[in-house]
Amino acid sequence: MKTKAFQRIYTKISKITKATCEIKASGVRYGELAWVNDRPAQAISVTNDSVTLQVFAGTEGIASKSEVVFSGMPPTLNVSDLLAGRFLDGYGDPIDGGPKLVGEKRLINGPAVNPVKRAKPSTLLATGIAGIDLNNTLVTGQKIPFFADPDQPYNQVLAEVAMRAEADKIILGGMGLSNDDYLFFKNTFANAGVLDKIVSFINTSEDPPLERLLIPDMACTAAEYFANDQQQNVLVLLTDMTLYADALAIVANKMDQIPSKDSMPGSLYSDLASIYEKSIQFVHGGSITIIAVTTLNEGDITHAIPDNTGYITEGQLFLKHDTDIGKVIVDPFRSLSRLKQNVIGKKTREDHPQVMNALIRLYADSVEANTNRENWFDLN
Amino acid sequence: MTKGKVAGVVSNLITIEAEGPVTQNEICLILSEGKRLKAEVIKVKENIASAQLFESSRTIKIGSEVEFTGRMLEVELGPGILSKRYDGLQSDLSKMGGMIIDMGEVTAPVVEDKLYTFKPLAKAGDRVKAGDWLGSVQENWVDHKIMAPFNLEGEYKVVSVAEPGQYKITDVMATLLSEDKEKLPVTMRQRWPVKLAINRFDNKLRPYNILQTGLRVIDTFNPIAEGGTGYIPGPFGTGKTVLQQAIAKNSQADIVIIAACGERANEVVEIFTEFPQLTDATTGRKLDEKITIICNTSNMPVAAREASVYVGMTLAEYYRNMGLKVLMLADSTSRWAQALREMSNRMEELPGPDAFPVELPATIANFYSRAGLVVLNNGQTGSVTFIGTVSPAGGNFKEPVTESTSKVARCFYALSQKRADAKRYPAIDSLASYSKYLDYPEFITDADANIQSGWTQLVKRAKDLVRTGIEAKDQINILGDDAVPIAYHIGFWKSEVIDFALIQQDSFDDVDMNTPLERQKYMLNKVMEIGDKNFTFSDFEEVGTYFKKLINLLKQMNYSAFKSPGFEKYENELDQVLLSNQVTMQEENSQVV
Ligand SMILES: Nc1ncnc2c1ncn2[C@@H]1O[C@H](COP(=O)(O)OP(=O)(O)OP(=O)(O)O)[C@@H](O)[C@H]1O
Ligand SMILES: [Mg+2]
Repeated sequence: MKTKAFQRIYTKISKITKATCEIKASGVRYGELAWVNDRPAQAISVTNDSVTLQVFAGTEGIASKSEVVFSGMPPTLNVSDLLAGRFLDGYGDPIDGGPKLVGEKRLINGPAVNPVKRAKPSTLLATGIAGIDLNNTLVTGQKIPFFADPDQPYNQVLAEVAMRAEADKIILGGMGLSNDDYLFFKNTFANAGVLDKIVSFINTSEDPPLERLLIPDMACTAAEYFANDQQQNVLVLLTDMTLYADALAIVANKMDQIPSKDSMPGSLYSDLASIYEKSIQFVHGGSITIIAVTTLNEGDITHAIPDNTGYITEGQLFLKHDTDIGKVIVDPFRSLSRLKQNVIGKKTREDHPQVMNALIRLYADSVEANTNRENWFDLN
Repeated sequence: MTKGKVAGVVSNLITIEAEGPVTQNEICLILSEGKRLKAEVIKVKENIASAQLFESSRTIKIGSEVEFTGRMLEVELGPGILSKRYDGLQSDLSKMGGMIIDMGEVTAPVVEDKLYTFKPLAKAGDRVKAGDWLGSVQENWVDHKIMAPFNLEGEYKVVSVAEPGQYKITDVMATLLSEDKEKLPVTMRQRWPVKLAINRFDNKLRPYNILQTGLRVIDTFNPIAEGGTGYIPGPFGTGKTVLQQAIAKNSQADIVIIAACGERANEVVEIFTEFPQLTDATTGRKLDEKITIICNTSNMPVAAREASVYVGMTLAEYYRNMGLKVLMLADSTSRWAQALREMSNRMEELPGPDAFPVELPATIANFYSRAGLVVLNNGQTGSVTFIGTVSPAGGNFKEPVTESTSKVARCFYALSQKRADAKRYPAIDSLASYSKYLDYPEFITDADANIQSGWTQLVKRAKDLVRTGIEAKDQINILGDDAVPIAYHIGFWKSEVIDFALIQQDSFDDVDMNTPLERQKYMLNKVMEIGDKNFTFSDFEEVGTYFKKLINLLKQMNYSAFKSPGFEKYENELDQVLLSNQVTMQEENSQVV
């Protein structure tokens, strides 16, 4: 039971829409977490005499006399070393059958780090994947998405990066994850024997879509605990940010907001940036690196979601199915790690830039040769 | 002072029940958990004021007390602004204590206890108006003028001016007497509301002379004039930020103000770590000494996006009034427009195209109009040159921010995805881009006199060669290499020479990154020598091989210090290669036909 003695309880709901309900209540703050009939909800508009609550799981079956309990706080996460190895939902509650989390209660989506207190990201983040390490070298403190078609095995690639990357902690934020992929991540981590360095916040496709909205902030709050408090190198994996943005659009639509491009809310850039900008290199050595997945709609990168993402992140990694070798590769032409110049040839082999350029040229030549060959066959 | 109470909170839009009169754009302070959170009134209807909060709203309770300050959002002006890193509201970020910016944290923009060496410029008995110089102090290497306050109306008589010596910014440097015989003490510090232009000058001129940026594709091809305006739109990753930073590093401006508006924190960290190490090519001083950075990165409060560009512009105008050449850069103005959009949506206003507020074009026009070259009351000139980046949604220039900006900015630097993909940096599409100043008669005259006679004509001819070359390339692609006359190949390769030797420039090379105008003049003439020359080749493959040799030598020259032995070696080689291809009289005649 979530109700506690000191909490304020109301039972007179004045208006119910598909995703929200309105109630007369006082002393409520914007962003405060509440429960409507035990369903988590958040205050998204507060005025003198009424509060609008967004009910994450939807309002089906909510009656006007339902019980509304306010928590007195925006969503929080209990942070401590006990996070390691746990699987949690969007509210930071366990889904692994383990005990409730204990630790310091921290607000999620906290304020920004002072930019003058940041360090320049310049430590190599090796992933063991040639298409990344060689051509699109990553740096700790960077933020970069995989741009992938929905049918590509992006979660497998992400898991592979996670398993190979040198990180003290890996935080997985799964949004609209299929149950199969959720179990895939779980098994991969278990089989590799690395569960103790992983924290997972999971919203599967079976869970209410709006709960996804909490996942990235939860993941980043856990990441900040390990990276800043414990000075560790933390890798945050967010998949799939397109489904996160879709949830934003649902809320905006339910709130009658005027959509901008591609039915997305006008605040999409700020919403995405507030997540991605949690990536950071601290002066004390701790870091948060964010690797995300943004699935594309028919490869269209001008769509508002990949477009705004591209304007925020430090490069992008395109997944591409290479028909010749029958494998998924990181497209050497369209991918770019914008921070690679901070490390290549400096933290890696001295001739790294030359080797990289030579290989790209060779690849380009081979692609051209292939095209020519195909054209030649066509001509015959 | 009017008081009020919070009556509603939706994200950072706060509605307040006011107990007295409220002014549009007035700053109010919301008392919450012992802190005073700043907000700006953006709408007033009867006793209800809507305010945008420059902070997170999550501690604010309904009924929280509000104090209206009666003042608009202001900046503090005085010596000590240069080399500072401010947040969007001019708080000094370096002075903030913790790693994390605390809610409501405010720090002083300029220090009060520092001593400056003062020299009087006015004397008792002088008559002065707002903005007139009373004296000056040394700030870094800049002669920082202490001016009669900008808010003075009419003429004042100077009663006294401080003796030369060491003073703090709070000391009284002069005493003025109004026409009504009211005495006014003047310190080194004054305040000014950011949304109002500092129009304390005699008149505004039409820009007529080049502001050198050190970038060939700008200075030679599409020059920006001192006091002019320009914008750089481009899809993500095409090089807007790299280009603006290159301009900041290499320009001949006296002062550079950079507003990092809603972009990446790591990019400002890059500036913070790199710029202090660099030397200003013009003065030989540390680059950092002439730069102020205002940063409101994308994770900082959205409402301060708008403030950050206005704060930057006001600081720029302040230094302009000292008779300085100020360059103001903003990256990206789209984030500011988006912040306006977010607020307008929250206020449920009727939107214009793409849900932007209807007044967006007017807002942008008004902002760009604050740039300019002015004649001060004392006859000296000062200027604010403004260049903003634009981040068009979907990389498509047909969107409200790009279109509204195109109507007011006089220089257009279009970044092309194709050129960026081909790594032809800076990825400016030199044909789509333009500088209206090239058509200004006063600019043409000035270039004739100070660069070279017929300069703008020469530039136009170079552009024509690029255009012809691109057209020739299209024909070659359609018809095939050997189905077109060799002249097409020559035309195409001439345009490649211009592209590789002039347009492309390596911003990461110590020599190539900055090309002074004198050197640009040399290069343009050299390249046009090639452009005007007739060549003879027996087949098209020869053309490519030959021109690649030329391009390689020109690039080597670009990488060598101007007129150094290395440079001259390549120059000689180039001349040799040019001499080796001579057209006979007969061939020349046939080419003309
Ligand atoms: N002049 C240049 N020389 C070499 N590389 C460049 C140049 N300009 C851009 N690049 C490359 O392109 C990348 C992106 O450039 P930049 O950050 O300036 O893009 P942008 O247009 O500002 O993108 P966004 O809109 O996402 O901020 C750089 O990290 C660098 O790798
Ligand atoms: Mg940029």
